[in-house]
Amino acid sequence: MAVKGAITVDTEKCKGCSVCIANCPTQTIALSLEVNGKGYNYAYMANPDNCTGCTNCATVCPDAVITVYRVKI
Amino acid sequence: MDIKDIIKPENKVYGKTPLLTDAVMHYCPGCTHGVVHKIIAEVIEEMGIQDKTIGISPVGCAVLAYNYLDIDWEQAAHGRAPALATATKRLNPDKYVFTYQGDGDLASIGAGEVMHACNRGENIVIIFINNAIYGMTGGQMAPTTLLGQVTATTPYGRNAELNGYPLKITELLAQLDGTCYVTRQSAQTPAAVRKTKKAIRKAFENSMMNKGTSFVEVVGTCNSGWKLSPVKANKWMEENMFPFYPLGDMKDR
Amino acid sequence: MAEKILMKGNEAVAHGAIRCGADGYFGYPITPQSEVMETLMEEKPWETTGMVVLQAESETASINMVYGGACTGKKVMTSSSSLGISLMAEGLSYLAGAELPCVVVNVMRGGPGLGTIQPGQADYFQAVKGGGHGDYKMIVLAPASAQDMYDFVDTAFELAFKYRTPAMILSDGVIGQMMEKVELRPIKPRRTNEQIIEQCGEWALTGKTADRKRNLITSLALDPNVMSAHNIELQKKYKTIMENEQQYTTYKTEDAEYLIVAYGSMSRIAESVVDTARENGIKLGVLRPITLFPYPEKALESLIPQLKKILVVEMSAGQMVEDVKLVVNGRVPVEFYGKCGGLIPSPDDVYEAFEKILK
Repeated sequence: MAVKGAITVDTEKCKGCSVCIANCPTQTIALSLEVNGKGYNYAYMANPDNCTGCTNCATVCPDAVITVYRVKI
Repeated sequence: MDIKDIIKPENKVYGKTPLLTDAVMHYCPGCTHGVVHKIIAEVIEEMGIQDKTIGISPVGCAVLAYNYLDIDWEQAAHGRAPALATATKRLNPDKYVFTYQGDGDLASIGAGEVMHACNRGENIVIIFINNAIYGMTGGQMAPTTLLGQVTATTPYGRNAELNGYPLKITELLAQLDGTCYVTRQSAQTPAAVRKTKKAIRKAFENSMMNKGTSFVEVVGTCNSGWKLSPVKANKWMEENMFPFYPLGDMKDR
Repeated sequence: MAEKILMKGNEAVAHGAIRCGADGYFGYPITPQSEVMETLMEEKPWETTGMVVLQAESETASINMVYGGACTGKKVMTSSSSLGISLMAEGLSYLAGAELPCVVVNVMRGGPGLGTIQPGQADYFQAVKGGGHGDYKMIVLAPASAQDMYDFVDTAFELAFKYRTPAMILSDGVIGQMMEKVELRPIKPRRTNEQIIEQCGEWALTGKTADRKRNLITSLALDPNVMSAHNIELQKKYKTIMENEQQYTTYKTEDAEYLIVAYGSMSRIAESVVDTARENGIKLGVLRPITLFPYPEKALESLIPQLKKILVVEMSAGQMVEDVKLVVNGRVPVEFYGKCGGLIPSPDDVYEAFEKILK
């Protein structure tokens, strides 16, 4: 059965450390070109079609800013 | 399928535990402390022991750990957390008591306290973050700094003749009769995070079983101190720290 | 008739602790106070009252165990002597800064350094003026008998909890080692966890429940405005203690023209000197401070108009004499006599010193 995922990022709390990007198996995430209030380029779903909702990004996120959703299709 | 249709409460599979407060962590981007705080918070939530847990924060970067986990906290003098934990637990045996300490706090100034708390077999959990450097004070040599590693006080690299050798304190503590569970883990990948979480949960469970002290070292990064990006710091840790500080259980009884 | 038992001052501390409902004692052996922990271990209170007794690996660990216990609202204490108290200075400052109640007994010996195991009173400054870093005070009680050693444990806990601050019993090797009859007071049971929540629930770490915010014990405030406000609150508290808690005794001061001010074992020597002086027709009295902080300024102040001279006697090179001079402020001559380094002034020594100031 196929699954499809999505993430949301608390962009104001994200520090743009990129550890989520390094741990994303589907190259879903990238750093935004814009910065947040603290001046960090925050993580976002650059390739939403790729996301499987595996939770790897949120698991390694040091600031607990990623929420993961998943549906079966 | 549209993203809006996926991002719905009923489809949520992972998010921030309510055991973490809403305070923005003061740690540098990519710091291991944040991951380990999250792991502890999740363990406390999953075990349902928020009202029975007392945390003890150290001196160093993690001194402000108390701002991030929604439990009762005491803040110890530099290195003394295991002494505080000893009395807190002995006087409140129904509580889960853990210390959270860095390498300077635990392995240098507090080497005596941790050694004796472990040797007495206090029924506490000790979580030791080893990133081989003093973060808070600006990247000076820690007892666990590797030979050759450049820090603010070893600008030419740690030299055994001048600075002594890196201290494998976890191996020492595993030798003591008072410890029941001694393990070294890391938190840079999802698999590593899951293993560390399992270890910390086991340590918390042990503390109610009158088995002795549970000690969980987490080898971590200090990318600011190491002067590397967070992702490169994780790689440096795998290549340089893990060979000297190998991961795995040293004792489990 | 209440039970009276012959015991050392140090043993009285142990019995006083068990019987006043203390929850924990954490200590490290050091002469001349090791009988405190030895007696506790022999009594095994964990089998009767449930009191925890633990021999720590150092004085540093002891005071930090006290800190860890005090965080949870428990009645915890330690004891040591002089150099051991120096090792506790860091912890005492933390306890005061974090506003934690506890009791610390110092059975003073002669110093400085490793010093001697003989008695001394040279830790007055350390106890009364701070000892550790930062602007803080401890409540300091000075026992002069084995009975005081017993009673002051309870008194010190009461004051420590009333004001959420460390209280020290500043004794000396004479009082600690001397055997006297001690009347055992009625036993106070240890507080239940519910009673602790009722008494200290606002701040003590009793476990964060759904109905309250988490409690945090820390002495850290990175924002200087917050730290300054905390200091102002601490100073207010110390002022309240100054106003309300001064304790002292007097001996034949009603008509006294001369006064000896002495505390602890020296106050007992002073009283015998008074008797000798009175036999010789000299109107001498004694003021014995029981609280060294707060210093009994009011009592001393009230005596000044009738006095010609004051002699301060200490087993030190002259420490408390500075507080006497601060109160007297030049209105009456204040002289000092002391021995230090482990020598104990005899009544004859003190009388001789007193005769000199008469001339």
